[in-house]
Amino acid sequence: MPEPLPQEPFKSGGGRAPEDGVIAATGMGGAMDLATSEGETLERGPGPGDGPSGRPRSLWSDAWRDLRRNPVFIISGLVILFLVVISLWPSLIASGNPLKCDLAKAQEGSQPGHPFGYDGQGCDVYTRTVYGARTSVTVGVCATLLVAILGSVLGGLAGFFGGFWDSFLSRITDIFFAIPVVLGGLVLLSVVTSSTVWPVIGFMVLLGWPQISRIARGSVITAKQNDYVQAARALGASNSRLLLRHITPNAVAPVIVVATIALGTYIALEATLSYLGVGLKPPTVSWGIDISAASAYIRNAPHMLLWPAGALALTVLAFIMLGDAVRDALDPKLR
Amino acid sequence: MRGATHARWAAGAAAVALAATACGGGGSDGDSGGGDSAAVLSSSWGDPQNPLEPANTNEVQGGKVLDMIFRSLKKYDPETGKAEDMLAEKIETSDSQNFTVTVKPGWTFSNGEKVTAKSFVDAWNYGASLKNNQKNAYFFGYIDGYDKVHPEDGGKQSADTLSGLKVTGERTFTVKLNQKFSTFPDTLGYPAYAPLPRAFFTDHAAWVKKPVGNGPYTIESYTKGSQMALKKRDDYPGEDKAQNGGVTLKVYTDNNTAYTDLMAGNLDLVDDVPASQLKNVQSDLGDRYINTPAGIIQTLAFPFYDAKWNKAGMEKVRTGLSMAINRDQITETIFQKTRTPATDWTSPVLGEEGGFKEGLCGDACAYKPDEAKKLIEEGGGLPGGQIKITYNADTGSHREWVDAVCNSINNALDNDKACVGNPIGTFADFRNQITDRKMPGPFRAGWQMDYPLIQNFLQPLYYTNASSNDGKWTNKDFDRLVNEANAETDTATAVEKFQEAEKVLRDAMGAIPLWYQNGSAGYSERLSDVKLNPFSVPVYNEIKVG
Amino acid sequence: MGRYVVRRLLQMIPVFVGSTLLIFLMVNVMGDPVAGLCGERQCDPATAAQLKREFGLDKPVWQQYLTYMGNVFTGDFGTAFNGQKVTELMSTAFPVTIRLTIVAILFEIVIGIVLGVVTGLRRGRPIDTAVLLLTLVVISVPTFVTGLLLQLLLGVEWGWIKPSVSTDATFDELIVPGLVLASVSLAYVTRLTRTSIAENRRSDYVRTAVAKGLPRRRVITRHLLRNSLIPVVTFIGTDIGALMGGAIVTERIFNIHGVGYQLYQGILRQNTQTVVGFVTVLVLVFLVANLLVDLLYAVLDPRIRYA
Repeated sequence: MPEPLPQEPFKSGGGRAPEDGVIAATGMGGAMDLATSEGETLERGPGPGDGPSGRPRSLWSDAWRDLRRNPVFIISGLVILFLVVISLWPSLIASGNPLKCDLAKAQEGSQPGHPFGYDGQGCDVYTRTVYGARTSVTVGVCATLLVAILGSVLGGLAGFFGGFWDSFLSRITDIFFAIPVVLGGLVLLSVVTSSTVWPVIGFMVLLGWPQISRIARGSVITAKQNDYVQAARALGASNSRLLLRHITPNAVAPVIVVATIALGTYIALEATLSYLGVGLKPPTVSWGIDISAASAYIRNAPHMLLWPAGALALTVLAFIMLGDAVRDALDPKLR
Repeated sequence: MRGATHARWAAGAAAVALAATACGGGGSDGDSGGGDSAAVLSSSWGDPQNPLEPANTNEVQGGKVLDMIFRSLKKYDPETGKAEDMLAEKIETSDSQNFTVTVKPGWTFSNGEKVTAKSFVDAWNYGASLKNNQKNAYFFGYIDGYDKVHPEDGGKQSADTLSGLKVTGERTFTVKLNQKFSTFPDTLGYPAYAPLPRAFFTDHAAWVKKPVGNGPYTIESYTKGSQMALKKRDDYPGEDKAQNGGVTLKVYTDNNTAYTDLMAGNLDLVDDVPASQLKNVQSDLGDRYINTPAGIIQTLAFPFYDAKWNKAGMEKVRTGLSMAINRDQITETIFQKTRTPATDWTSPVLGEEGGFKEGLCGDACAYKPDEAKKLIEEGGGLPGGQIKITYNADTGSHREWVDAVCNSINNALDNDKACVGNPIGTFADFRNQITDRKMPGPFRAGWQMDYPLIQNFLQPLYYTNASSNDGKWTNKDFDRLVNEANAETDTATAVEKFQEAEKVLRDAMGAIPLWYQNGSAGYSERLSDVKLNPFSVPVYNEIKVG
Repeated sequence: MGRYVVRRLLQMIPVFVGSTLLIFLMVNVMGDPVAGLCGERQCDPATAAQLKREFGLDKPVWQQYLTYMGNVFTGDFGTAFNGQKVTELMSTAFPVTIRLTIVAILFEIVIGIVLGVVTGLRRGRPIDTAVLLLTLVVISVPTFVTGLLLQLLLGVEWGWIKPSVSTDATFDELIVPGLVLASVSLAYVTRLTRTSIAENRRSDYVRTAVAKGLPRRRVITRHLLRNSLIPVVTFIGTDIGALMGGAIVTERIFNIHGVGYQLYQGILRQNTQTVVGFVTVLVLVFLVANLLVDLLYAVLDPRIRYA
């Protein structure tokens, strides 16, 4: 039995949700979607933004046309492309071995052949920074993909079926949302012995999905109200057809936007976990490990901190700017 | 949690700084050498892990407090570590098994109560009794009747008091041991042996909230988890009176912050300078930095319960690993000479006659990368092709030296994945995995002496099934030599026997000695006469302010 | 309205139980805490067994959880391993963290909203671009780097502040830590406000207000701001819980003895009672803050009615 829902609980479909859903690096419990913490009991009169909605195809093509002309998108896209390439083939631009270190050179500054100098263990900072990209990009991309899939499936189902399932799934979402993220990381990761990136990714998924889930739920509820969905339903379309053919294409935009922004914060979160001593483990090379190691030597050898931290900031920046650009492009009201 | 809290096993540390009488330059009241005897200094601290009961405190941070508020029968000289009489007037024995203790008159607790023989006997009975959960109970294990009050095998406790303890007068009591133990009186400087006032037993909850002792300081206020203010006790009957008005212990989560505070003039004394700041101490502090040897040695232990590490030929691999570690470079670069490369399994604070023998390890502890590679190959190579050095990551500085050791081994073996660090998130989990015998390879082992005897550096760590023999190394010859040494009454002969045992340990490379640890501390311009005792705890009562 | 609140409160119960159970299980996964209490020495088995019995660690997890929750409802949050009552720890830690959170939230509200309004009204101008870039940079640098840098520069090099916070943790000492804690959220609030303002600026009611000839200031504060604040309020409301529990890094850097410190310490020592106790309170704060935010909607947007 569908609950009484406002005709359009969101003033601007895909526009509002993304901003609400961004997360803070200090605690992913950041934000929730407007009204979705208790969507089914919110009633709202016609808003100023109400109008004929649903431009299923033109939304995407419009967005793409916009993006192609947006310098922010082009620049961040190129940066990300570059990062992906060096993640796959770091030896393209770094000939050294990131694990080959000579303590005699510890903390030495820039010198020919070693433009970024050496770290506290006498490892080449340039090589480590290049090789660290792979880990950070892997963590960011994998965590985001998994969070997005898990979150949209659960949130989407909750929004689509409503009623008991909505209440049930929403409460589950709340449960995971209520655990402070850094705290959860400390607890869960302190017992991990594996030196791969998967435990870190797993933890991010476990505590990160509620964020996407809420947004997905909200946008599915919006999409569900659209006339064409109602029409398809009236014509006897099955639930799976409704979900896959009609609702998903229209509800996915806000998820993509938030996910892009979240990607950056996951990368930063990995560094924070390393700082607290529960992040990735050697021999994995990661910016987080290097930044946390360098943070103690900030007075003597700032170059140790500068390069990996700069690389991390640039990466996070690129993903957030990309998400920003996509959001603007997908939001008809800001055009 | 402060940096090195867990790096040391520090039961003995607490009792140590009793000090002043022996070397404390006067120590009488008026003679405060220009310092302001009412001024209070602030010092870095870590939240104690256990309640501040004497028999329940086994780490440095709680020990610091006990060190200030308690005095025991004996005290350890802050310079030499030798046990000297404190509250004990005399401790007599004719057979090394039955002791008669006479307590000095005139001692009081800070609440005015007299310190009597009963104060000791009650305290010891409390400490030994299983039902009180005292973590240092094993200190009383030599006293007759311990098996009744503290059955180790999980049996039921059948007595509340130790049958070997008897009060025979207001100031005398007798101790009967369950075996001959001639140096028993020397162990009585431990905090576990401190006397306790009646209030401890009658209103235990209130006592734990604000402990009352018989030392030169009393606790003025205690804000849980953040700071403790101690003030000088004016009616303190001992000769090692506090030379300052009091000490405020401030809890720091991160010793880097403590050091930053010291630089900014926000803190007077940091007794654990973080490794990353050691490079700056000269420019930041000048001569307000002390770096003195302490009775601490760091080693790498091996999981001998794992057949891979225990099979024939592995001693070559272990020796090879030892020779692949460039100790000089690591102690210089990572630790800025606050560690000294180890050449035996004891500590320089013992002195030559105490059993320290420089170079006993010989070539096995020298950096010889080529030979190291050859030895490891001869011994059959590294088990599984890679070793993981396990350590706990929560206390900061371990990561740096483990990475450096691994890099050194990797460079010697010319294989960048031969050695990797294996950090464990918390100390508790680290200990758990050691207890459960789950170490995948070599692991960090640190030992802080209880008392300055060579026996203490060998027996608890390498004797078959000893309590800190975490690697479960076992060797009949070693055990036999230790037994012989213990039975020896002549110190010099005993030390020789111990050193013979140490050579057995070397030939089997039961553990790789890394370096001797120094105590390092920095202090503000307001302070003078700052020193660290051999347990690397500041001798607070001698510090002058102003 | 009343019925709505009651319903919300009832719905909190399963969430509360679920979250506390979740954290309870997580802390339990960390394993046996007793081994860490005996230094670099194996605990003697008799004492270890008895300690486990006393802390109830020998019982199955579900039973431990039920016992614990039963005690919580009678106001007993248990005892830390060093003999300190968890409620006592809370009574010293929470006031500190609440002050820190207030400072952080104030930064978010004052600076975040002002910057957001300014950039929202001047969309596309240089100031907008500059602030936008600044917020992105703030978001992309990990908090601990910002914190350590500020501590070194302001505390040591320039001597403007004390590098650490004293036990009293007064408001003036918490300004810089509060700013560090708020920095990322601050950036979000700015961006959120900016988007919201920019969007609502073109709405009919603002155009109407302007057409009526209302002064610009009045249009902005009474009409535009009020309507644009809803997402911002949502964000700040949910951020309260995150700030209080997420201050682990900030509290560690500035040596603040608040909730984050106690949680960090509790986790390192695998002190179930401390961690679960503090998280229980944090979960309550989170739930209540969410409810308040939803109720605030009605105040900010009269079109919202709760059934």
